[in-house]
Amino acid sequence: MTSLRHIFWLGTKELRAVLSDAAMVGLILFTFTGMVYMQASSMPENVNNASIAIVDEDNSALTRQIANAFYPPYFQTPDHIGAGEVIPAMDAGRYLFALTFPPHFEAQIRRGHRPEILIDIDATAVMQAGLGDGYIQTIIAAEITRFLTGTDTGTDTGTETGTAPTVTNEIRRAYNPNGEMSWFNAITGILDFLNLVIIMLTGAALVREREHGTIEHLMVMPLRAAEIVLAKVWANGVIILAAFGISMTFVVEGWLAVPVAGSRGLLLFGAMLYIFAASSIGILLGTIARTMSQFALLVLLVVMPMMLLSGGTSPVESQPEMLRFFTNLLPSRHYISFAQAVVFRGAGIDIVWPDFLRILGLGTLFLLASLAAFRKSLSAAG
Amino acid sequence: MMPVVSAHGLSQRYGAVAALDDISVSVPAGQMVGLLGPDGVGKSTLLDLIAGARVLQQGRLSVLGGDMRDAAHRRHVGPRIAYMPQGLGKNLYHALSVAENLEFFANLFALNAQERRSQIARLTRATGLHPFLDRPAGKLSGGMKQKLGLCCALLHEPDLLILDEPTTGVDPLSRRQFWRLIASIRAGRPHMSVLVSTAYMEEAEGFDWLVAMDAGRILDSGSPSDLKTRTGTGDLESAFVRLLPEDKRRNGTGLVIPPLTAAAGPPAITARGLTRRFGDFTAVDEVSFDIRKGEIFGFLGSNGCGKTTTMKMLTGLLPMSAGQAHLFGRPVDAADLRARKRVGFMSQAFSLYGELTVRQNLDLHARLFELPRDRARERIATLVARFGLAPHLDLVSGDLPLGLRQRLSLAVAVLHAPEVLILDEPTSGVDPVARDAFWDLLVDLSRGDGVTIFISTHFMNEAMRCDRISLMHAGRVLVVGPPQELAAASPSGTVEESFVRHIEEAISNGGAGPPAADAPPQIAPDLAPNPAPDPAPDPAPDPTAGPAPDPAAAPTPLTDPTPLTDPTALTAAAPPTVRPPIRFSPRRMAAISLREWREVRRDPIRLAFAFLGSIFLTVIFSLGISMDVEDISLAALDFDQSPESREYLSSYYGSRTFSEQPPLLTRDDLITRMAAGDVAAAIEIPPGFGRDLKQGRSVTVSTWLDGANTTRAGTVEAYVSGAHLAALQDRSRRAGLDPDDLAVYEAHSRYRYNPSFESIRAIAPAVPAILLMMFPAILMAISVAREKEIGTITNFYVTPTSRAEFLIGKQIPYVLIAVLNTISLSAVVTLELGTAMKGSPAALVLGAFLYGAAVTSYGLLISSITRTQVSAIFAAAILSMMPTTQFSGMVQPISTLEGAGQWIGQLWPASYFMHLSVGTYTKGLSFAQLLPDMMALAAFTPVFLIPAILLLRKQGK
Repeated sequence: MTSLRHIFWLGTKELRAVLSDAAMVGLILFTFTGMVYMQASSMPENVNNASIAIVDEDNSALTRQIANAFYPPYFQTPDHIGAGEVIPAMDAGRYLFALTFPPHFEAQIRRGHRPEILIDIDATAVMQAGLGDGYIQTIIAAEITRFLTGTDTGTDTGTETGTAPTVTNEIRRAYNPNGEMSWFNAITGILDFLNLVIIMLTGAALVREREHGTIEHLMVMPLRAAEIVLAKVWANGVIILAAFGISMTFVVEGWLAVPVAGSRGLLLFGAMLYIFAASSIGILLGTIARTMSQFALLVLLVVMPMMLLSGGTSPVESQPEMLRFFTNLLPSRHYISFAQAVVFRGAGIDIVWPDFLRILGLGTLFLLASLAAFRKSLSAAG
Repeated sequence: MMPVVSAHGLSQRYGAVAALDDISVSVPAGQMVGLLGPDGVGKSTLLDLIAGARVLQQGRLSVLGGDMRDAAHRRHVGPRIAYMPQGLGKNLYHALSVAENLEFFANLFALNAQERRSQIARLTRATGLHPFLDRPAGKLSGGMKQKLGLCCALLHEPDLLILDEPTTGVDPLSRRQFWRLIASIRAGRPHMSVLVSTAYMEEAEGFDWLVAMDAGRILDSGSPSDLKTRTGTGDLESAFVRLLPEDKRRNGTGLVIPPLTAAAGPPAITARGLTRRFGDFTAVDEVSFDIRKGEIFGFLGSNGCGKTTTMKMLTGLLPMSAGQAHLFGRPVDAADLRARKRVGFMSQAFSLYGELTVRQNLDLHARLFELPRDRARERIATLVARFGLAPHLDLVSGDLPLGLRQRLSLAVAVLHAPEVLILDEPTSGVDPVARDAFWDLLVDLSRGDGVTIFISTHFMNEAMRCDRISLMHAGRVLVVGPPQELAAASPSGTVEESFVRHIEEAISNGGAGPPAADAPPQIAPDLAPNPAPDPAPDPAPDPTAGPAPDPAAAPTPLTDPTPLTDPTALTAAAPPTVRPPIRFSPRRMAAISLREWREVRRDPIRLAFAFLGSIFLTVIFSLGISMDVEDISLAALDFDQSPESREYLSSYYGSRTFSEQPPLLTRDDLITRMAAGDVAAAIEIPPGFGRDLKQGRSVTVSTWLDGANTTRAGTVEAYVSGAHLAALQDRSRRAGLDPDDLAVYEAHSRYRYNPSFESIRAIAPAVPAILLMMFPAILMAISVAREKEIGTITNFYVTPTSRAEFLIGKQIPYVLIAVLNTISLSAVVTLELGTAMKGSPAALVLGAFLYGAAVTSYGLLISSITRTQVSAIFAAAILSMMPTTQFSGMVQPISTLEGAGQWIGQLWPASYFMHLSVGTYTKGLSFAQLLPDMMALAAFTPVFLIPAILLLRKQGK
């Protein structure tokens, strides 16, 4: 009881410290509104506005028809270039894709000579290259089929269309039927900023307290290290949880119009657990770092993997086995897992509890580690 | 003679506080001028203005014959003024050695190598710093730091030397040495004017001319004897008090301390053989003492002699290496929370929460000490009345003057009515009036409430007020006893004399602890006394100024008859040639770069974090950020269960792309398992699939994808479509038809640059671009913010350093680090990819240099708009994280981004270096082909740097 009171009153001091800094409050608000919006809305569909060039050595009705089939938003309007320009243009990164139609392409098709279309792909654009290749092939096939069926008698040909009778596969996406990128990116964006801000806020509060000597002042009072630490966790946590709520309500659901399938309460509860875990990491880093510059570097070392390997940027399933074990220790990975389950799939506590448990466990682990390091760092500081 | 400083109607306001209020004064040249007054009356502000360190708000100020508003004049007189700001070693670089600090200042003032060597040798010999040339400044004692500060200030032979409270917090021996040094310097350079602010009235006795200040106004000015005559008092302390407005004087002149009534019972504090070692350095060495209940026990000793460490051990803040300490007969135990309630501790620095008001601070501590609410209210009310805090209750405590803050700290320390008070130099930097008021409180607590007080101090008159004092030196207690007895034992009958003698004795015995940094230097022991002193006229004040009547007061240092320093040492060398100030001096810039580089090198942890950390991140990112998809969890909802449906499905499971999950039984099953994230794709085969196929009817299967993660869903969709086509082709083959024969054309996809289409080939070269954006930018931003926070920025304000020199000078080492970092990361990337770099390495290195310059310029821009390290980190990290990781083209090419993202991506340096890096590694591009990227990178530096330079202020506010 006494401890709880201490934690509460110490926390009010932390709250005052942050809230009295108008610039900081402004920066946090901007981060959770403007920047979340920007990150969510700027990311395109899988293949979007892809640059494409066409080398048309045939210049027939068919090749023109195919060229006209590439249009926004998936592709930019194709540029027509000469055969020799393909390599330099792709070297300079001007085009992701280049199609080359050989001379007499249309005529050869008509004669059944199976002409060859060359598709050059910039394979350094890993996300666009594979998908774009598929899109392009589908478009070409469809156009050639249309061309042939439109003029000739309806021979059903082309690699892709197979033989009669046909089997069609209707592919539908659950939870996000139109595949809107902003939905998932909103969730990732919030995580990225949540993570960065809470870790920096709690850790810097601790480093500053040590640099100013106030930590010693606290340590001669009848306070336990755990109370000091937990006060920082709750106070900064409340601020960020409020920012999270604002961001979810006004930016994600309001501005970006992302539908939330699951329970908002559950999402908020999960965010709370996550904030606890992340602020424990902040405390741990603040305990280890001797100076502000060391702290800044430590934050980068920890926050960047938390952001980039959480599954928000690239799928966790693609990570090598060894690394997957390591990323399991990142609470952010479990955040992405439960947040997308709750927001999009409408999952309930019966599904997300293992993620919650892992986040809570990791947070506790980090907190205990920082408490162990705390006393040690105090005596070393003398 | 023309005054060296003349001010007319100077006013300086900060918020509602007037730091200076219509000040007009003329300071005579060639004299030793003292600025007297309590803390927070505007002394430092005035000195800052005179030194040109602050922007003048109102009024006229002319220094050395020119207007200080005029930037050209400031630039011109800058080299003639030397300024030592308040705070021990405030303008020194603590990581650098004594010699390196001196070298830096010499270079700032453009001394040539020979002048530099001779000046450094002369000054360090004269100050006794010569044996410690290689010691880091941070490890010097307070007195030595001040001497080093003085050396740095004197290197360029200024005409006006400004010292802001140079001896505050310095022990008596060092203080005495310091003033002797100043006297000999003045003997050698009689035309030099010295302007000093001080809190020690006894020091002021020796000055030529005094300015007494209070509340931003000048009370009076004149020679010490003038002031004394005018006020009709015998000493300056009383003269000053007499000058104060009526309401500020203390009622009653002296402090009366009732005798200590011997209290029964065990001692409040006992220490036996208390020892603390840090590594091989013994900070406290076998210290023993007993402090009786209700006693005021004084702790004296030079800076860094172990006083603070001893106090920290008694409070349990530091574990002891050996020995025992008891509070009220119980061993000190850091974990014993109840014992902490019996102790009040006040540390050297103000350690309350500056952002809270006085009331909030008191309230918070009452809560933390668990005072019941009504008792807390009553106690706070009592203390507020007793400590005179009532008018300030709702002011933010960080803005209060030092004296008030110390009173508040004490109020907080006694809030819970502790039985023992441990006070670590509580009156350092507090003016005499406030100090007396503070002691009133202490005496009251001790005699009235029976509180045991353990206090450390540098003030000898405070030592005289203690019941007993102990002298500490180099970790050892030299002597313990009542101050009057100790004073009586010394020839001059002062505690100061006794103090100095004991320490000198300890030093000559040599055995007293290690010759650590806290050993006061012996003044110029290696200088042979010059038999023919310089015939320069002696401008020193009357050396027979009478000793103060109070035995506690030190003999004025300037009267010391034994000149330890050889005055010729300070005059022998030809004065360095004064060069006209240059607007941009590559040499000054180089000096700043060298200093920054040395500071960085002294912090190997920071460098290791930056280098090893970025290598670590490169490895895990290039492995971990992968778009290669395998093992997509796929399950079938097969309503048909025919050979045809199984055949169709087997085409999916045959590839490594999909991993087969247990079949789904119902639609509900599908919904549940997809919601749980067990299956990423589910294929539903309608009933009658096989039959319809056999009968030649077209059929439709449907696939549900988990669309939550949009990116992944897109990839899965492409793979499912591919697998579907493959399934159809398999079927045709089984029917004896080669699908290739039916094709009317062939499409060949050529995956350029990355034929095996592995993510790592594209991601690995991109990762260094991300890391090099973040690390150098943040290091850079912190480096400038740190100077602002710890105060070394003053060196920039008051020296002829231009803004461009300062920023670019600081930037160069970080650009170098960025280039080295690129090279080390390139090695990692090359190892990971297993192939040599295909493109131009020269382009990569040049690109890294340009990128480093751009990124550090960005860091500088951030630093010029932030004031603290915390805000610099925040702004640098938050503002650069998103553009770098999301919009610079690592995952999504910039041309495909939408809206603001695309704009930001195109205007962000990381994009171009990423392109260049990927171009070099994966595309194998030549130098010429990468030229556009390099040009773009080069353009960023001025875009960031010029505003950074323009936004940096050459003067403080």
